[in-house]
Amino acid sequence: MKSGKRRVLVIGYGNPGRLDDGLGPALAAAIEGLDLPGVSVESDYQLTIEHAHDVANYDVVIFADADVNINAPFYFRRLVPQVSAGLGSHDVSPGEIISLALMLFGATTRSYLLGIRGYKFDEFGEILSDMAGKNLELAVDFVSNVVRKGNFDEAAEEFSGTETHYVDICMDRISLN
Amino acid sequence: MSTEKKLKRIIIEPVTRVEGHGKVSILLDEKNKVRQARLHIVEFRGFERFIQGRPYWEVPVLVQRLCGICPVSHHLAAAKAMDVIVGADKLTPAAEKIRRLMHYGQMFQSHALHFFHLCSPDLLFGFESDPAIRNVIGVAAKFPALAVQGVMMRKYGQEIIKATAGKKIHGTGAIPGGVNKNLSTAERDVFLKDIEKMMDWARGALKIAKDYTVEHLQTLAPFGSFDSNHLSLVRKDGAMDLYHGNLRAIDAQGDKIFDQVDYQKYLDYIAEEVRSWSYMKFPFIKQLGPENGWYRVGPLARLNTCDFIDTPEAEKARKEFTAVTNNKPNNITMAYHWARMIELLHSIEKIKDLLNDKDLQGKDLVVKGKRREEGVGLIEAPRGTLFHHYRVNKNDQIEMANLIVSTTHNNEPMNRAVQKVAEDKLSGQKITEGLLNNVEVAIRAYDPCLSCATHAMGKMPLTIELYDHNGNLLDRKTKS
Repeated sequence: MKSGKRRVLVIGYGNPGRLDDGLGPALAAAIEGLDLPGVSVESDYQLTIEHAHDVANYDVVIFADADVNINAPFYFRRLVPQVSAGLGSHDVSPGEIISLALMLFGATTRSYLLGIRGYKFDEFGEILSDMAGKNLELAVDFVSNVVRKGNFDEAAEEFSGTETHYVDICMDRISLN
Repeated sequence: MSTEKKLKRIIIEPVTRVEGHGKVSILLDEKNKVRQARLHIVEFRGFERFIQGRPYWEVPVLVQRLCGICPVSHHLAAAKAMDVIVGADKLTPAAEKIRRLMHYGQMFQSHALHFFHLCSPDLLFGFESDPAIRNVIGVAAKFPALAVQGVMMRKYGQEIIKATAGKKIHGTGAIPGGVNKNLSTAERDVFLKDIEKMMDWARGALKIAKDYTVEHLQTLAPFGSFDSNHLSLVRKDGAMDLYHGNLRAIDAQGDKIFDQVDYQKYLDYIAEEVRSWSYMKFPFIKQLGPENGWYRVGPLARLNTCDFIDTPEAEKARKEFTAVTNNKPNNITMAYHWARMIELLHSIEKIKDLLNDKDLQGKDLVVKGKRREEGVGLIEAPRGTLFHHYRVNKNDQIEMANLIVSTTHNNEPMNRAVQKVAEDKLSGQKITEGLLNNVEVAIRAYDPCLSCATHAMGKMPLTIELYDHNGNLLDRKTKS
């Protein structure tokens, strides 16, 4: 497949009413404003199971969320299907979404996680902190460049080893049939 | 004192597969007997302050920041309160029916999400089964057709919300005095195309919940169960009405405590108690006092309080439900799931009726009347009765806001469920993850929404801590 023809979905999620938790939706709004060809944008409070169906309709998906555990403005990495061993809340992790997309809809969507460093979360307020706002600008530039070039894996490779939140799935753990 | 030194405290934080952050603390003595079990939940008071000073017409949009799972319930409850503020005592048929469609879409998607994502892993695999499979991915692997139905039912409800509210999140559809858009015939036809499939799937989900409950009735009946009062809105003729009505409260035997109470006067009937160990208040019926006046809300309460359901298939299901307890109120905590699936079917029946109603294409969308300074909006949200109460000053700014959310109403019942399950299942046992999950199963029956805490990665670990009564940490496990 030629990179220019890839159908790309950007899902930004988080609560914009909780300060830097709104980084994901803010990125989604910024990318939507760029009107990039072949790029669709979704924004939500949190990931839930129906996103698995949305993901299945695209070649590439980028999940964008705030992150508190990194020392860089943002990171970008390839996702693998994931099971969280029953520790999920009402929300679902990106790894679980692509697991569901694969298991229920046969999706082979290539998936990436964009984590943007946030700092303030524990109050109500519809404003990003100054530092988070700067990180957002860098992340928007990064995503728009990656989407235009179509070099998702190469870009993710540059961030390899920068964070370790998600463990790889052990699919044999859920082979129940 | 010497005995107390041998007590141990287990903390489950946060409770998994419930919205927001919660913490369960269980105090054990030296023989692992449960002395005390409590559920602690974060409150919403910060939000009530946050909206003070904002113009009243912004409130139906702003309050959706409260919750990522049921923003529509807050949207509509706030809009109903603002109807009172702007003197819109009766909406146009188009406006009321658009709002109802939005609300039934919300009920449908939320109940589907709860059943397939949060509850079915416990029911399908067992409360104490391997946690590696006791989750939505495990359901997808073992029961893929069921999982697809769950995903698509949720999506159907979300699309109805999008069509009526303008967006899936931060919808703007309901405004003071009405709505800002109707439903076009093109939008309607998209939903009609799949309506029979959704009806079939709802029937299937109800059958699973009913069959499971009936088959396991002996073990489920005592599980986290107790007699209680029940509260909900009902229509003037006693029918279940999830969007509008008057307040009815009944006791555990089905006798009415009060009936057809105008919810603008809720403060004459409901009060809230503060307890030192919880951020969340404990509401109670004033005339019974805090000791005896606590009550349950939500699907179980609604099935108990209503006289009938005005859609044929859900009414048939309601009769089967009430027959199990000889037409007396059902006080079985785990029957919440069965009741919830009856409401799932009721919601899709209502959606079908509404989609075939030409009033949805009406163009008269807003009414106004004499401006008031205070208004209360109530709605039966998926988890139970939701109260929004506002006072607005002469500059149109919010001066006071008071919200009583479903989970707050259910605070005392959930604590009682936790205490009962902890006593029945944990006392004297070696504590395992499976045994602890029994406590979570009882909480999840209420489908609590523990407030919209932030969810950024790294912010929601599960911590289980074991303390002695002096606060010394004996053991700690954290998973993220």
